[in-house]
Order: sequence, then structure tokens, then C-alpha cells
Amino acid sequence: MKIHEYQAKAILARHGVPVPQGEVVFAAADADVAAKQLGGGVVVVKAQIHAGGRGKGGGVKVVKGPEEAARAAAEIIGMRLVTYQTGPSGQVVQRVLVEQGVKIKRELYLGIVIDRSTEKPVLMVSPDGGVEIEKVAEQTPERIFKEYIHPGIGLASYQTRKLAFALGLEGNQISQAAKLMTAVYEAFKNTDASLIEINPLIVTEEGNLLALDAKMNFDDNALYRHPDIKELRDVSEEEPLEVEASKFSLNYIKLDGTIGCMVNGAGLAMATMDIIKLAGGEPANFLDVGGGANAEQIRNAFRILMSDKNVKAVLINIFGGILRCDVLAEGVIAAVTDLGVKVPIVIRMEGTNVEQGKQMLRQSGLNFTTADTMSEAAERVVALAR
Amino acid sequence: MAVLIDRNTRLIVQGITGREGTFHAKQAAAYGTKVVGGVTPGKGGTTHEGWPVFNTVADAVRTTGANATVIFVPPPFAADAILEAVDAELPLAVCITEGIPTLDMMRVLTVVRRSKTRLIGPNCPGLITAGQAKAGIIPGHICKEGRVGIVSKSGTLTYEAIHQLTKLGLGQTTCIGIGGDPLIGTSFIDALTLFAADPATEAVVMIGEIGGNAEQEAAAFISQSFKKPVVGFIAGQTAPPGRRMGHAGAIISGGKGTAAEKMEALSKAGVHVVKSPADLGAAVKSALRA
Repeated sequence: MKIHEYQAKAILARHGVPVPQGEVVFAAADADVAAKQLGGGVVVVKAQIHAGGRGKGGGVKVVKGPEEAARAAAEIIGMRLVTYQTGPSGQVVQRVLVEQGVKIKRELYLGIVIDRSTEKPVLMVSPDGGVEIEKVAEQTPERIFKEYIHPGIGLASYQTRKLAFALGLEGNQISQAAKLMTAVYEAFKNTDASLIEINPLIVTEEGNLLALDAKMNFDDNALYRHPDIKELRDVSEEEPLEVEASKFSLNYIKLDGTIGCMVNGAGLAMATMDIIKLAGGEPANFLDVGGGANAEQIRNAFRILMSDKNVKAVLINIFGGILRCDVLAEGVIAAVTDLGVKVPIVIRMEGTNVEQGKQMLRQSGLNFTTADTMSEAAERVVALAR
Repeated sequence: MAVLIDRNTRLIVQGITGREGTFHAKQAAAYGTKVVGGVTPGKGGTTHEGWPVFNTVADAVRTTGANATVIFVPPPFAADAILEAVDAELPLAVCITEGIPTLDMMRVLTVVRRSKTRLIGPNCPGLITAGQAKAGIIPGHICKEGRVGIVSKSGTLTYEAIHQLTKLGLGQTTCIGIGGDPLIGTSFIDALTLFAADPATEAVVMIGEIGGNAEQEAAAFISQSFKKPVVGFIAGQTAPPGRRMGHAGAIISGGKGTAAEKMEALSKAGVHVVKSPADLGAAVKSALRA
């Protein structure tokens, strides 16, 4: 799960990470008040959406005084912000963060994720902050410094010093960095985060460290024990059909193609998308109905698939292990009849009770095409979608 | 011959009185697996579907002589269930549970790595040795005793591969679902090492997916020291970046972990990489002929 910058900053601040003073507002008029409260000087008005690259897209403005802050907020709120992470359709801005302006001496990078190979959290820093860290990793990997954190010991002091010196910090900044890094790791651990990024982490003119931006993602599997974080979910940032699917524990991701897919199992669902593409078509979605899908799940899945108006044909690919093919066939027939599905449907199923399932589909009188292999199914559905 | 599990394996089920645990204990027994009991804290001393139920894994092991466990315990309690299996020094623990928090697994693995227990999973279909025994949810009736080992991050794609191998008459030795989570007990390399030492396994099907770099690590291992033919498939060639494709571990992040880079690494290592999962069986057949 993703959250907004201002929410991430609040969590980090609670753990002891220094962040600029600021306030989130939903209306331009409130930006005026917020700027006044910050002393009436220079403020930064920042669009709050779940995507990076906001500055380049025109979603961040540095202004002087409350009046200008209100004007900047009025321009940003409601705008459709397009960044390299939003895709071409962009994301409508609904809230802005009004933050105290600070003078920047240096821009650094700090991030923490789980490293799969070492099975440990890895704390990464770079003296080259303020740019996409992927670019730094690609072009000048020697400018990224890493420390792997032992889960039992936690972040050791020597590790924070190594990173602080690597960043070229000095004097009192070394202990500031130690405190900040420890706080970031604590926040990571305490919230079951999957990623924390502070980019840039700045050194102010006064020589102090400050988290000028912040990004936090969380492990969906751990949200059950963090009700406070679960509440921060902003569904307006998500694809409406995906939100709807999540209500029924369906794993659905909307894509741009014309062939709807319904599959059991995440790996097979990805492979089904791949084979559609190989056959010359474009998948409209990823959809894993899960191993124990019943008639109700199949109906919900169909409803969501058919809400996507780009869908010209549907491919159902089920390997019935636990899920029996006759049960699947019954569910599909009921859903197609009830929902009045008009587009052609290609069904490829295999496994338990497959003959019985196929016979039920044939005798239903509905517009089904059956296929014996995955490649045959993909070819048929691509032809039908044209 | 086979790896990890066979007709002599004595299996217990953690969470045997639950719906999933009950169903799959029966399925395993029907397949011929020696299911010797189960564990549900608080129900020790009772019997369930004819099996003795114990309060602790240690009790179960002491009484039944179990040497393997399969875990069907809900996510909030699954990490603890793995630790209990490790504490009882079971040589094999198979965790089917999907949805264990990553940080829980990270802590558990620090213990697993220094133990006598081999952990398979979590978030996996388990494993099956064709014609002998199974621990997990892989349907037995699609398997056939044969010559090919399977190691896979995905459940239903494993079934797909099994089915193709069975139809072609090649059959399987052992099929291992290692799981789709970012942190798992047994890696591709671990499984390949086991298959290397198994004379019955003549070729291996390896099914990976986007996210992480376990496939690249396996490629390096294969090119250096794995001699049997390997057929590979990577799911998610069309997956968009930054999206989690069902499995917690299946995500392209920061442009890394794409199917293209994995397929390239495997091809370079001499793996027969197929673009379509429908071609897995045929590719094994031709690899065995060559």
C-alpha cells in the first residue's frame, strides 16, 4: 500500500526524523491560512499524489507569502498531473502540502528496502540526491553506499557512521545522521514498511539534516496489525475497478488491451497475459480468481471484467486442481446468463472433471468457444477480439 | 529415487483440524503419503478423521516419529508455526500459507538458516514425488512417475508443467513449488542442487517470474555447475512495472527484475528458455533427445 508524502512525513517525524513544518490542505483558501501560520515567508506548495516526478510535471511551486500560496494551491488542486510514474492519463490532484521553504546546501538520498538475496533490510545512501536513484544506480553505482541490517541486532552505530562519512558529512552532522538513520529504520520496522525513501535528504544552509521529501510503501500482508496505517489508504489514487475487485479478494490489475482474462493462480495469470501477447493480442487485465474460487467469485470476476469497456473478448484459463472444472463451468454459465455477457468467450480448462465441465459448456447454448491448449485458446481469443 | 519426500516420509499436518488442513491431509493420505498425525494447540489428545492430534509439534514428533510437516496455519500464526517445526528439529517443513508479513519471514529465516530444517515456501503449493508422497496442495492425479524434476515459484503453472510432462509420457520425479513471496526458505539453487544429486532426475523444468533476482542467481549456478538439461519459463513478460502481480514477490521495481533480463541470463547459462508456457513439455522432450 502507498501513502501520500505528508502522511509519510508525519510517521517519520513521530519516529524522530526531522521534517519541514507544513500542513496539508484540500482547498486553495486554506493554503492562505497555512502559509500565514508558517510565518508568512517563502513556502512550497506540493501536489500530493501517489507518484514521483511531481516537480517536473508542474505539481510543485515555490512561492512567497500567503496570497501567492493560495494562488499556487488553486492552480495545483484539481489539475491532472502527468508524471513518468502516473502514465499518460495522469492523476487529478486533490490535496496539497503547504510547507515552509528551506535553503538547501546539499541534496542527498536515503532509502531502505528488504534485500531478497541477503534476507535483510538494506539502508542505502547517496551523495547524489534529488534525482532518480535508478539513474544513479545505473550510471554511477559506486556513488551508492549500502549497509545490511541484521534483524536481531538492528542498525548498529558503526553502520550509521560509515554511511554518514561516505556522504561527506562532518562534525555534528554525523550524530544527526546516526539519529535520523536509526529513526528511519525504527519507522520501517514498526510499521511493516516495504520501502522508505527520503529523496532528497538535505543539508540546510545552517548545516542541519532535513527530510525534504518522503515516500513510504507498506507490506499489504502486514496491514492487519496496523489499523492506523490501513486508514491512510486513499482509494481515489487507485483504479476504481481494482478497488471494486479488492472488495471481493480478487486480484485484478487493469491494463490497456482488449482481451479480458480470468485465471486461477498468479503465475498462470501472468503467463496467460504473456501468451495472449505472443498470439498478437493485448491483455485487458491481470485477474487471479484464486485457488478456491466458487460460483459467486466467478460472477464478481465477470462483472468487473465486463465493466472495462475496452474488453472485446474474454479468455478463461483455469487449471482445476482443487477447483473442479464442472464447478467452474456451472459458475461461468450462471454468470454469463445473469449478467447478459455479449462478448465472445474462449474457455480453456484442464484438470479435475474436465470432460464433464466441457460438456456442460457445450450444452449451455451460450456463446462459448472451448480450446484444449493454452496456445490454441490464445489464438482463438485474439482472432475473436479483432 | 526422488528428492525431499518419498514413500517413507512420515508427515504431520500443522493446522490439521482446519478446513484446508483436513482436506489436504486426506488428499495426501489418499495419494499414499504416510500422514501420521497433526497439531492443533488446545486439541491435543483428541483424534481428527482418525489421526491423533497433538498440542505441540514436539509432542507429535516424539509420539509418531514424524520427519516432515506441512503447515496450513493462518498468516498471523504461520511464522510461529514454522519456528515450532524448526524447534522440533524436523528435517522438512512445508509452509503453504499465503500472506505472511515479510518482516516476520525475515526474522524466521535467521533461525531457519542455522537449523536442521529445510523450509519450503511459504506461499507455495508444496511438493510431490510422483507415485510416492506429497506435502501440500499439488493435485496427485495429474502426476506420473518419470524423469523430470520441477522447481517453480508458481502453483498453477507447476500443474501446467506437470500435465504437459505427463501427457508426453515423460513424467516427473519430484515437483517443488518454492513459493511466490520475496523471502522463501528454499531457492532455485537449493532445489537444483538436490536434483543434481538425484540419479532419477534427468532434466529440470524451472519456472520463475518477475521480481527479485533469484532466477539470475540460478543462471549463474547453472552455468558453473549444473550439468542436466534445464527448460525455463519466466511469467510476467507483459507485466507492467511497479505493480504487484498477485504474488507478493512478483513486482518489477526500479526497472529491475524484468522477465527479459531473467530470460537473457538463463539463456546465456544454457537453459532452454521458452516464451510460451504451452511449450514447456515439448522443450523438455527435445532437450532430453539432444
